[in-house]
Amino acid sequence: MSIQTEPFILNIGPQHPSTHGVFRLRVTLDGEVVVNVEPVIGYLHRGIEKLAEGRTYTQNIPFTDRLDYLSSMTNNLAYCLAMEKLADIKVPERAEYIRVIFSEIMRISSHLMAVGFFINDLGAMMTPVLYMWREREKIMDMFEMVSGQRLLYNFMRIGGVSQDIPGEFLPAVKKFVAEMPKYLDEYDQLLAKNEILLVRSKGVGILPKETAISIGASGPVLRASGVKWDIRQLDPYSIYERFDFAIPTGEVGDCYDRYWVRMQEMRQSVRILEQALAQMPEKGEVCASVPQFFRPPRGEAYGYIEAPKGNLGFYIVSDGSIAPYRLHIYPPTLINITALQDMVKGWKVADLIIIFGSIDVVLGEIDR
Amino acid sequence: MTTLLDQFQLWLKGFWPEWAAYIVPAIAGILVIIAFVLTIVIFYIWWERRLLGRFQIRTGPNRCGPEGIFQPIATAVKILLKEDIVPDKADKLIHFIAPIIVFVPILMIFAVIPISEGAILVDLNVGIIYVVAISSISIIGIFMASWASNNKYSLISGMRSIAQMVSYELPVVLSIVGVVLVAGSFSMLKIVEAQTIPFILLQPLGFIVFFLGALAEMNRSPFDLLEADSEIVAGYHIEYSGMKFAMFYLGEYGVALAYAGIITTLFLSGWQGPGLPPIIWFLIKIIAVFTLIVWMRATLPRLRVDQLMSFAWKGLLPMAVLNLVIVAVEVLLIPASMQWVMFILNFAFAAVLILLWSKLFTLGGGRVEV
Repeated sequence: MSIQTEPFILNIGPQHPSTHGVFRLRVTLDGEVVVNVEPVIGYLHRGIEKLAEGRTYTQNIPFTDRLDYLSSMTNNLAYCLAMEKLADIKVPERAEYIRVIFSEIMRISSHLMAVGFFINDLGAMMTPVLYMWREREKIMDMFEMVSGQRLLYNFMRIGGVSQDIPGEFLPAVKKFVAEMPKYLDEYDQLLAKNEILLVRSKGVGILPKETAISIGASGPVLRASGVKWDIRQLDPYSIYERFDFAIPTGEVGDCYDRYWVRMQEMRQSVRILEQALAQMPEKGEVCASVPQFFRPPRGEAYGYIEAPKGNLGFYIVSDGSIAPYRLHIYPPTLINITALQDMVKGWKVADLIIIFGSIDVVLGEIDR
Repeated sequence: MTTLLDQFQLWLKGFWPEWAAYIVPAIAGILVIIAFVLTIVIFYIWWERRLLGRFQIRTGPNRCGPEGIFQPIATAVKILLKEDIVPDKADKLIHFIAPIIVFVPILMIFAVIPISEGAILVDLNVGIIYVVAISSISIIGIFMASWASNNKYSLISGMRSIAQMVSYELPVVLSIVGVVLVAGSFSMLKIVEAQTIPFILLQPLGFIVFFLGALAEMNRSPFDLLEADSEIVAGYHIEYSGMKFAMFYLGEYGVALAYAGIITTLFLSGWQGPGLPPIIWFLIKIIAVFTLIVWMRATLPRLRVDQLMSFAWKGLLPMAVLNLVIVAVEVLLIPASMQWVMFILNFAFAAVLILLWSKLFTLGGGRVEV
C-alpha cells in the first residue's frame, strides 16, 4: 500500500488568537508547509468613507480614531493636514509642537504593541507584551490627561488641537523621555540576543527590496527591506524639518529586521521628543480660528504622513459644502499585507503567524 | 529493603486473613498517592499562576483566600460546571476515552516514585524502565484526542505530538541509562540511596539532556508545540470542555509533577538532605524543579517544528550518547570511593561539549520550495 498525501485547507481566523483582529487567512497546507495563502478581509467593514460624506468636516475626526485604533492621534493628524492643505490654514506654532510630541509618543506606543505581540506570536506567553504594556500604560495615562480618553482621543482639530495641554502633561512627558532609553536597553537585553528569537526570525519571511517597492509598501516593513524612505524627512509635514533624527534601515528584510527597525525607531522618536520639548514655546494659541461650520473652497487635497505603520493618506474632495464630497483613506497596512502571499509560501504554519505578526496590522485600518 | 507498605501488610497478616491483609493496605496506598498527587497539582496550578504574575510584572490571582490560594479550586468548580460539548462529527467513543488514556498513566507513574524513605507504593526492581514505558502511553491518548475531535488544528497537533514525543524519548532514555550505570540498579529506591553525591553533580550533561527532553515530553515551553496557542489555538484539546478538559488540564500538571519527581529521584538525591525531614526535602526539590520549568515558560519563545526535531536528533541525542559513553568508561575505571574525580571530569566534558555544539551546530531549517 502506498501512502498518498494531499494538501488541505485550513481557515486561520476570523476568530484566532494571532490574527490581531477579525482577519481570515485561507491557508492551503501540505503537512506543516504553507502552499498558498488567501487573505480574506472585510469582517470589520464599517463604511467610514461613505459615512464621512454625510457629516461635517469636524464630525469626521472621531471616525479617523477608529481606523488604526492603536495610533489614533496620528490618524487625526493626517486628516487635519489634508483639511489644512485644502483650506490653506496656518497652524499656530505651539499647536505644531504639540502635534509632533503626540505623534512621536503615539509611534512609541504603537511600536511597543507591535514588538510585544510579535514576540507573543513567537510563543513567549504574554511576558514581552506585559513588559511593553508597562510603558504603554504611562503613555495612555499621559493622553488621558490631555483628552480624557485612553484609546480614541479625538484631540486634534482642523487648524490645531482642541485645547491646550494641562500643566502636568509636560513634566510627565519629560519623565517618560528620560526613562524610555533605559527601558529600551532592557528590552534589547532581554530579546535581541535570545537564541530562539534569532533562529525563529532571522532569514524568515524575506521581503526583497524590489518587491517591497513594487507593491508600494511603506513604514517599518519597507525600511526593514533596506529602503531609506521616511516622509518625515523626504517631504516634511508639520515642523519635522526642524528635528535631527536618523532613519534606521534593515539589510535583508526578514522578520528580525522588521523587529529591529521598530526598536531603533523608538529610540529615534525619543530623540525627536527631546528636541521638541526643548524648542517648544511656553505660551501661545493652540488652534487657528476656523468657523464651526467650516466650508473649505471647492477642490481636492491629499494629506499624508508617516504614521507608525507606514504612509497614511487622506484624499478629500470638497464641493464647497459643510461635508466632504468624497473621502478616501490610503491605509498603510492594507498595502503592506499584499506582500504576505509572497513572503509566506514554503514556510511552516508557525512562520506564517510570525510573518503576519511582523507586518503589524490593525484591522480597523484595513477594513475601514 | 522493605517499604512502609510491606511492613504494614506484614503487621496486618497477624490478625486478618492473608488476602485482606494484602488488598486493603494496597488500596489505601493508592488512595493516598492519588490524594497526594491531586493536592500537589492544585498547589502547582496556584504556584505557576502566582509565579507567572511575578515574571510578568503583575500580581496574579489574589482574590480567593489569602494570596489567592483557593483560586485553583474555584477554577476546578468552574470547569466542572461547564457544559460538556462533543462535536457533531467527532468519533464519540474515542473522544470520550482519550482524556482517560492521557490521565491514568500519569497517575500510574507515581507508584514507583519514592516520596520519603520507604514511602513508595511498589519498589519495582525495574522501576525506571516502568516509568519510561508507562509515560509513553499518554502519547496515544493525545493522538486519539486530536484525531477524534475532527478538527484540523488538533490534527496538526496530533502530527506534532507523535513526532515530538517519539524523538525526545530517545535522549531521555539514554540519559537515564547513565544514571543507572552509576547507581547499579533500576530500582528507584536504590538509585536514591546510591546518591551520596547528587547525580546532577556527577552527570551535569545527563541532567541537561534529561531536563530538556522532559520539557518536550511534558509539552512545556519552549517545546509546547502541541498546544501552541498562537499557531494552532489549543492543539489536541481544542474540542474538549467540562470534565474532559479538566482531565487534560490535570494531566498537564500531573505530568509536570511526575517529571519533577523523576528528576528529583534521579539527579537531586530524592528525599535525602540534611536537617529537615525527608518528605520536606522531597517537596522542596519538586517545587524547585517546577519553578525552573515555569521560569522557562515565562521567558522563552517557542521553537518551530523542524527546529524542534533537529534539536532532538542533532543536539540532544549525540550528547546523550556521548554522556553515556563517558560515564560508562568512568564507571569502569574510577573506583566508587573516588567519585569526586568523576565530578570534575564530567563538568569539564559538559562545558566542552556544549561549547562545541553551540559553535558547530545551528538550528536552521527554512523555506521549502512549493
